[in-house]
Amino acid sequence: MKNCEYQQIDPRALSVSPLSAQSHTEKKDQRPRRKWEVFPGKNRFFCDGRLILARQSGVLPLTLGLIVVTCGLFFAFDCPFLVKHLTVFIPVIGAALFVFVVISLLRTSFTDPGILPRATPDEAADIERQIDTSGSSTYRPPPRTKEILINQQVVKLKYCFTCKMFRPPRTSHCSLCDNCVERFDHHCPWVGNCVGKRNYRFFYSFIISLSFLTSFIFGCVIAHITLRSQAGKSLVQAIQESPASVVELVICFFSIWSILGLSGFHTYLVASNLTTNEDIKGSWSGKRGSEESGNPYSYNNIITNCCVTLCGPVPPSLIDRRGFVPPDEVIPAASSASEMELPHFSAKNDVNMCTQSTKDVLERMVNSGSQTLCSPGTPKTTPLVQELPGTAAPSPEPPPSAGCPGLLDSRCPFFSRSSEKDSLHSINPAFRLASPSPSLTRTAVTLNGAADVGFMPLHPGSARDEAP
Amino acid sequence: MAETHSLQDFQRPAVSSKVFIQRDYSSGTICKFQTKFPSELESRLDKQQFEETIQTLNNLYAEAEKLGGSSYLEGCLACLTAYTVFLCMETHYEKVLKKIDRYIKDQNEKIYAPRGLLLTDPIERGLRVVEITIFEDRNIGSGR
Repeated sequence: MKNCEYQQIDPRALSVSPLSAQSHTEKKDQRPRRKWEVFPGKNRFFCDGRLILARQSGVLPLTLGLIVVTCGLFFAFDCPFLVKHLTVFIPVIGAALFVFVVISLLRTSFTDPGILPRATPDEAADIERQIDTSGSSTYRPPPRTKEILINQQVVKLKYCFTCKMFRPPRTSHCSLCDNCVERFDHHCPWVGNCVGKRNYRFFYSFIISLSFLTSFIFGCVIAHITLRSQAGKSLVQAIQESPASVVELVICFFSIWSILGLSGFHTYLVASNLTTNEDIKGSWSGKRGSEESGNPYSYNNIITNCCVTLCGPVPPSLIDRRGFVPPDEVIPAASSASEMELPHFSAKNDVNMCTQSTKDVLERMVNSGSQTLCSPGTPKTTPLVQELPGTAAPSPEPPPSAGCPGLLDSRCPFFSRSSEKDSLHSINPAFRLASPSPSLTRTAVTLNGAADVGFMPLHPGSARDEAP
Repeated sequence: MAETHSLQDFQRPAVSSKVFIQRDYSSGTICKFQTKFPSELESRLDKQQFEETIQTLNNLYAEAEKLGGSSYLEGCLACLTAYTVFLCMETHYEKVLKKIDRYIKDQNEKIYAPRGLLLTDPIERGLRVVEITIFEDRNIGSGR
């Protein structure tokens, strides 16, 4: 019989840092891993987790290249002439705009857009319990929506099967990055990242400053050629003397239309506190007459909407990229996207993602490149995070520091760790997956979710499914 | 038999269950948690104490996200410096988050730990939930 007394919990001992915890554990050969290394989404991390980028960097190099080349040509060929004939402020203004554009672009690309970390296994189990209709033994999961009232308006919250949580309002799951992003606007291939709550203001300042820059360069080049041709030479001769100007003219001419259009569109969105996602889906229009009365997030005042969106407080990154992973933690919901969907979805997704993922993504990029907008991510097309054996990784260049611990990534030791604590909750039998994918069997073997309480040893796939 | 217990046993009692306090979206997307008292805590904690904790947390988050002159000023200054000012300065939000962290530690020490409970800072759960871990009672220990 135990005669130890009830021990007061020492919160400091419990929320102990993983480094000191590791010195007590027997797992001696694990260096402390940072959270970015085991991040389940499709992102790339640089500078030890300080910078984050989508896995598909899209056409970011092209964007940067175009800007740098155009400005370089401008400074090299047009500025000397214009400084002599007009004013020295032209390169100064040009340089200031260029610096602002590049900094905004880099901040947009390398900032966490507002990624929501996936639910821990305990949370996911708790949510399952809450939405489970008692005694339901059909394997078709119940509809996963929750209705809430925001400012007296009904808003539907959808359940994200990948992240295992009900998405907060205005959050959407980006299928390219495989993350739920708060206040999701769109995934921009030009910038190589999602645009969401935390980097929308950088994106907006990027496109506004880029509009100014392209207009400025366009105007200066026109002035340059005009001045040259006025000095007694013909237009053709002027162009021959400065061929670089033509290149700049062409680039600026074609960019101006799209950039100015995009800036105008986003200015409208900022003024009405909408996201591209909501605008495209028509979430708030058509409910009543004007768009302001439909949108429950709008302050019904253009100035307030602008201030809130662009100058409001920025929450810090929720994914804590540089924190250390606690030694006992099993990565939550990392790669079990397939199990939570209906079986035919999962089978289809498996095949799709094995064979067509790269093509899909490239197609999407091309399509969105031509519209300068990408369609918002939808839950049903959530790509599987796991990388099945024998298939090449879907991304073109598997980055060495990627934080995506596919199920079968042998570098990630997490799946061999036991998780007694997490399996204390009873597991919903309605969750059984009818057709497990064969790749999961290997993982099921390596998993030792020690508690046999929650395991349904019917299929290897479902064993993996139910291991929290 | 006390002597067979390892040091770890005393430091890490077994987790009995976890309660999750979900977000309250009735006022929009601001960070606010539901103040409904969960039934699992009835035996351990006063309803009023729980509500006070959650309400204080909600107030702190509201302060972090407050829209006002100072936050706009911060935003404009950041914009003008091309957001490089945040390399050396902490945002108002981060300052309040530190305050919240201190508050939670304080609450844990004073109220929750003596009752075998542990509050987890919501920021560690992506501001989705307030996680309260309920630890096993090894003996019948009434709250001290």
